[in-house]
This record gives sequence, structure tokens and C-alpha cells, in this order.
Amino acid sequence: MARVAARVSDWFGAALWGVIQSGSIIVVLIGWELLARSGLFTAFLLPTLSSVLARVVEDAVSGLLFLDLSVTLYRAVLGFAIAAAAGVALGILIARIPSIHWLFDPIVSIGFPMPKVAFLPVFMLWFGVYDLSKVSMIVFNAIFPVIAATVAGTQGVDKHMIWSARSLGAKERDILREIILPAALPQILTGLQVALPTALIVAIVTEIIMGGDGLGASMIRASRYADSPGVFAGIVEIAAAGWLVIKSVEAIRRRLLVWHQETQAVSTV
Amino acid sequence: MTATLWRYTPLLLIFVIWEAGTQTGIISKWALPTFSAVVAAWLSLMQGGELLYHAAASLMRGFAGLGLAIIVGTTLGVLMAWVKPVRLIFNPIVQLFYPMPKSALIPIMILWLGLGHASKIVLIFLGCMLPVTISAFNGARGVEPVLIWSARSLGATRGQVLREIILPAAMPEILAGIRTALALSFVLLVSSELVIAREGLGYLIGWLGDGGVYASMFAVVLTVAGLGFVADRLYLMLMKRSLAWRE
Repeated sequence: MARVAARVSDWFGAALWGVIQSGSIIVVLIGWELLARSGLFTAFLLPTLSSVLARVVEDAVSGLLFLDLSVTLYRAVLGFAIAAAAGVALGILIARIPSIHWLFDPIVSIGFPMPKVAFLPVFMLWFGVYDLSKVSMIVFNAIFPVIAATVAGTQGVDKHMIWSARSLGAKERDILREIILPAALPQILTGLQVALPTALIVAIVTEIIMGGDGLGASMIRASRYADSPGVFAGIVEIAAAGWLVIKSVEAIRRRLLVWHQETQAVSTV
Repeated sequence: MTATLWRYTPLLLIFVIWEAGTQTGIISKWALPTFSAVVAAWLSLMQGGELLYHAAASLMRGFAGLGLAIIVGTTLGVLMAWVKPVRLIFNPIVQLFYPMPKSALIPIMILWLGLGHASKIVLIFLGCMLPVTISAFNGARGVEPVLIWSARSLGATRGQVLREIILPAAMPEILAGIRTALALSFVLLVSSELVIAREGLGYLIGWLGDGGVYASMFAVVLTVAGLGFVADRLYLMLMKRSLAWRE
């Protein structure tokens, strides 16, 4: 009995702490509702929170939300996966083979800091306005952080480990799989952690500019019809998608790196 | 000198292949104008003054938004690390908005602030503020408490501790956060101008592309890419110089 009471009070304490911690969010949400109802702003400029949430629920019930969400996530994740696979492969080649390093190093060091969204009209010219151009734009944006992180991680591997393994008779492929990849993994994952949110941002931008379903396209359509609850509902839905993506990457990272001491440290991103 | 030249030879190769491929017709001129045509278009855009006019509008927006984001973001981040009530109030909000793809704010900014400068400046400010806030917060929280205690026990005021210890110690992280924000500011600037604007480089790209003037469009695209690259390199140089005392 006492144990049950203790557990209930633990649970209650945790819940209370949760409410206190998210107190400011609740205040902001209530403030939004009150401000929207006060008549200071027209419903066009600031729809009430309740009408926006009603729209989100409506989108969810009609299935439109899940259609848009899956289209956006499909583009973002497909582009991210291609960028991840190609970026890691290219990064290892750049770090290990001098001629490839010579060829790609200046291209990567110029391409990485460059605002690649500027190439969007070029991609539209080459690949049209459908998934091909959207996904290639996502790959083009997301691949650079992966390459840079893989090169840095691979070059940072302790040379003695590679020499020892080779002198013990390990083949190049074994060295790659048993030494380089595990040792470079934390940095590669950091690169992937930058690349996935980038992929989502670019997916939304391409949808806003080119249309063709997805969360970004629905939002800009609502904006063209001056349907502001639709625009705000779009923001709520996109924010939720972003949160989902970032939290799942963090979970995967912790899972993959249980063996690494870094996991105990607080993540900075 | 020759080493630098050798290092950047692959880039020259790209332009040579571009020119050769388009001149010989292997690559269709509709897909890619010749490199020499792009250079000619760039020169005429420069002479006509359009490029400078739109670049000035874009850079003004970028600097205004990023400058505000740096001032507000650093202040908020340091205060969050330094004053507990501020942290309790703002941390949940920052955590909630940080993962949001900032480009989602473009339609709202158009709704609230119209097509002019204000909507782009506020968009860049909001988008860039969070990375700066988080890096300032992490940097200021990571300061050795021993340093602060020693300074306090030697009679330093809170203001002095902030100026002499916390800010210098947090500087590397703050500067790294600003670098992220700089890259993000270009992305937000170009994408918001591509969506809707009346001037700016993104608007110019969209306008030239819609008109089918592809040589000029490529010239402006390469200009934007070059500006982003140069801004990052200049910032890196400044960052190295201001952190030189740490070596």
C-alpha cells in the first residue's frame, strides 16, 4: 500500500514538474487564444488557437494530414537516405585515396558553405517540378555535411590501429569494416544529424515553391486562398514533423552509440 | 602559389568541361547555356546595375536579420544560463521551436508583413536567433564554476564576471553558432525571395528563370553561391583572429 502511494506520489511529482517546465508554453498558448479573441487583430492576421487546432484535427480526420505528412517525409527521407549512402561512401574515398581527395576537396569546400537553395530554379529547369527535382535538390543540400563529417571522422582514425591490423594480416575491406567505420561513426552520425533536418527544411522549401502536395504545398495553397487557419495549422503540422524527425534521430544515435562514452554527455544540438 | 593553383584545378576543370560540352552541343544549350554566355550575362547585369541593386537589397535584409538575431540570441542565451527564472521561462519555448523547419514561417511572414523588406528581415531574425541562443546558452553553461567562484571571492561584481569570464569563455561556442546562423540566413533569404518578393537576388533568379533568360539566371545563381561562400570564409577568418588569444 505504502509502495503504491509512493509510486503515485512519484508519478504525481513528475507530472507536476512537467507542467511547471512547460508552464511558459501553456502561458504562450493561452495568451495566443486571448489575444486572438480580444479583437485587437483580425481573424485573418491571427486566427484563434482553437480554430487552428480544430483545423489540424479536421485535416487528421479527413486523412489529408497523413497524406501530406507522408509525402513530405517520403521526399525528405528518400533524399536523406541517398545523401547518407553516397556521402559516407564518397567521404571515405576522399579521405583514403589521394587522387579522389585532389578532385573533390575543392568542390566540397566550396559547395558546403554555399547557399544551395539558389540552384532551385536550375533544378526545376533540368528535372521539372515533380519528385525528381525535389528529391535531387534535397540530396544536393544534405550530402555536404555528410561528406565533410565522414572525411573528418575517417582522417581522425588512429593510424596505429590501422597499421597494427594490417601487420596482423587484415585486408583493406576488414580494416574499413572493423576499424575505420566504427571509429568514425560518432562523427558520421553528427553529420547525419545535421543532414536530416536540412533534408526536411529543403523538402518544405521545394514544396512551397513548386507545389505538388506535401505539408509545404498545402500551406502555401492555404496562404494563396487567404485561409489563415490553414496557414497556421500548416505551421503546427510542420513543427510537429520537425520535432518527430529530430527526436527519432537522437534516439537512433543513442542506440547506435551505447558503447561510446559520448552517449553520456549532453547533446548540444 | 602553384600549390594553390593545383589545389583548385578541379574547379577550373568543371568550367572547362562546361564550356566544351555546351559549345560542342553534347549538352543541350536549353539545359545549360555556355559558360562564356553566362560570364557575358554577368558582365551586362553588372553594367546595367541590376545585379548591384538586387544584391544590395538582399544583403541589407540578411545583415539586418542576422544582426538582430546575434544581439537578441546571445543576450537571451547568456541570460538563460545565468538567471534561473529566465531559463525556466524560455527554455521550453526554445526547445519547442528549435526543431521546427524555419522555412515554414515564410507564408506567415508574408501574411503579417507583406512582400517587402520587413517580412524577410523578421524571418531571418526568427530563424537565426535559435541557433545563436542555444550555442550561447551551452557556451555560458560550460564555463568552469571555479573561475566564477574565484572571481567572486576576489570581489568581482556580477557584471565583471559576465564581461571578463563568461563571455570570453563562451565565445568559441557563440561564434560557432553564429556561423551556423550565417549559412541559415542565406538559405532563408534566397528561399523567401524566390517565393515572393519585389527585389533581391532570389527574386531576380526567379524572374529571369520565368522569362527564360537562362544565361542571366545562371549568372545570378552563381553570384549568390559565391556570396555565400565568401561570407563564410570572411567569417572564418574573423573568427580565427578573435580566438587567437586562446592558442
